[in-house]
Amino acid sequence: MSMMLIIHPDKCTGCRNCELACAMEHEGQFRLKASRIHVYGWEREGFSVPMMCQQCNEAPCTTVCIPKAMQRNRATGQVDLDAAKCIGCKMCVQACPFGNAAWDFATEAILKCDTCNGDPACVRFCPNAALEWVADTVSAQVRKRAFAGKLKQAFLEA
Amino acid sequence: MHGWMGKRLRVNLTDGRITTEALDPALARDYIGARGLGTRWMYDEVDPRVDALSPENKLMFVTGPLTGTLAPTAGRYDVVTKSPLTGTIAASNSGGNWGPELKFAGYDALIFEGKAAAPVYLWIEDDKVEIRDAAHLWGKQVPETTEALYAETRADARVACIGPAGENLSLIAAIMNDMHRAAGRSGVGAVMGSKNLKAVVVRGTGAVTVADKAGFLDTVARALPLAKKARITSRYGTAANINPMNAIGGLPTANWQESQFAGAEKVSGETLAETLLLRSKACFACPIACGRVTRVNTPKYRGEGEGPEYETDFAFGPDCLVDDLEAVTKAGYLCNEMGLDTISMGSTVACAMELFQRGYITLEDTEGLRLEFGNAEAMVEAVRLTGLGEGFGKKLQLGSWRLADLYGHAELSMTSKKQEMAAYDPRATQGMGLCYSTSNRGGCHVRGFTVGAEVFMAAMDRKATEGKAAFVIGQQNRQAALDSTGCCNMVGGLGPDLYGEFMTRVTGVAYDGAAYSKAGERIWNLERLFNLKSGLTAADDTLPPRLLHDPIPSGPSKGLVNRLPEMLPEYYSLRGWGADGVPTQEKLRDLALAP
Repeated sequence: MSMMLIIHPDKCTGCRNCELACAMEHEGQFRLKASRIHVYGWEREGFSVPMMCQQCNEAPCTTVCIPKAMQRNRATGQVDLDAAKCIGCKMCVQACPFGNAAWDFATEAILKCDTCNGDPACVRFCPNAALEWVADTVSAQVRKRAFAGKLKQAFLEA
Repeated sequence: MHGWMGKRLRVNLTDGRITTEALDPALARDYIGARGLGTRWMYDEVDPRVDALSPENKLMFVTGPLTGTLAPTAGRYDVVTKSPLTGTIAASNSGGNWGPELKFAGYDALIFEGKAAAPVYLWIEDDKVEIRDAAHLWGKQVPETTEALYAETRADARVACIGPAGENLSLIAAIMNDMHRAAGRSGVGAVMGSKNLKAVVVRGTGAVTVADKAGFLDTVARALPLAKKARITSRYGTAANINPMNAIGGLPTANWQESQFAGAEKVSGETLAETLLLRSKACFACPIACGRVTRVNTPKYRGEGEGPEYETDFAFGPDCLVDDLEAVTKAGYLCNEMGLDTISMGSTVACAMELFQRGYITLEDTEGLRLEFGNAEAMVEAVRLTGLGEGFGKKLQLGSWRLADLYGHAELSMTSKKQEMAAYDPRATQGMGLCYSTSNRGGCHVRGFTVGAEVFMAAMDRKATEGKAAFVIGQQNRQAALDSTGCCNMVGGLGPDLYGEFMTRVTGVAYDGAAYSKAGERIWNLERLFNLKSGLTAADDTLPPRLLHDPIPSGPSKGLVNRLPEMLPEYYSLRGWGADGVPTQEKLRDLALAP
């Protein structure tokens, strides 16, 4: 079954455990600059949002990738990066509309979420279930149900 | 080195010299980091008798070896300096994201010495370090300063700064980082102000490394669910303590004249969660998220920010007899914006209210401020005036001891070593009396905390003194070690074995629970030596006379006083100190503090 990462900004407390877990998983050290996930915080509002690769269906990064290092994997529903094929042109960095592909100057490599091969470390270490790894059909249901609940409340109160 | 970055930055503000120095691995092993290592450096470099606000005092920002890792709550640093409020060593601990960022920039610590000729700030971007002009920031409050610095450095930089209170050398001024987190206690903000240092801005892109990766992650996986157990704190913040402390008659009320507050429920963590709370917010690597993002819409107290947490809530609520949670919250916001310690600020207002109540100060003294208990508007205005250093605020900014002493009634200051105590009446919880009186930074609830055992778990008889000395010593030692690792006392309950294991797996230096606690004992004794050299004596290990002689007048703790004299001699003896409170040579040798 295809799985996807779903973000619940309303549950995110900004602790950055996801960044820490990701950096350790991929770099073997706490170098958060190289995390594939980043939490953006607004101090005045006290709000934070985790951002990572959305594994787009029509992924601009795959379209611009000349050596076809970045390719959609039909089996998993993810966009895979084959580092051996990557020529470091950084076109994916420029093409990603969300800024979710980055160039790491320290290791001269593209940084992009690979979902830890189907067991994302960020999800494992998120203490608030602000990140979830779910079957894609389920993930949509989560949001729908939550919103349906709000509608229900509105009608019941009306 | 793993865990430690192996470098510290020394900044001489007098001549502008900036040097990078290697960390001494043996000292790092013995003093861990943060509070411990900072204290060692202070002891070695600064005469404890210096005027705390003179250029001869040094101001150190020190992280721990766990800071910046995934160990639960490993996001902290300590500001270590000599305190202008207490005259003791100061180690003020803060979370947020600033500490880890300093490590990612490549440094364990910053040491500021001397004094800049005009206001400056320090901008650190990895190995690029520069002292910049801060004339345009001087006078600005904390949120404005922080945002201005984001704009002129980087949006993703981390800012630690002072507000007007630190600039005005208020003895209860804090250093604020990430806008809402405070290195709050002991007037460290005034030391920063005395050096003309407005802010320290950091951006780092480097790595904190770990000696045993697999082992470390295994320890994290075991520790995380345990740390999450503090669910009540996640849900209601630390102000969850209001109701249980009130229930036993241990919630200091009206400047400690009472120990129960009729309006407790109205200012409880539960009420806060139902009313002003927008969401919870965590510091770096913290699974608990006790931070309260709140908003007040009522025009009189309009504002947004964080808090109140328990101590702030007590200080502006019960202690000032104010049951208006919006006013309490607003007073907390003002402290954060002005850069003031909420505990000392609220307690100082409460002290002023008692001086006013008893006629020791008049409207003439307060310049028209009607400081009656329960007057929420006057309380909020008092905080604003203190932050700006205007009117009666010029006196309030000295803290409650100097304020009360000014009018001949120092006995009404609820302090130990001139620092305001926290929200646990030691008449109701005997162990806290020992914690407050022997704390190396004056009145404080995070230099030993017996309330967990005495009240929340009811594992010890709160009214008894037996066994408290040994218990407090163990707690003080472990807390000293925990603070030095860079973790938060909210996970202190996880115990020394677990944190010893974290230390071993992160640094590669073997610490078992005993070695870890021993480091804590060494740090505690070194703090004591600093204080003794600064001129303090055993006579300073005491409590306000009210707590020793005036029984709690009503409620479940009615009739109780703190029986410190039953505990203190045993404490000295178990510490390996003489009856004069001075560590014996034998003890110092045992701790490798004497040859």
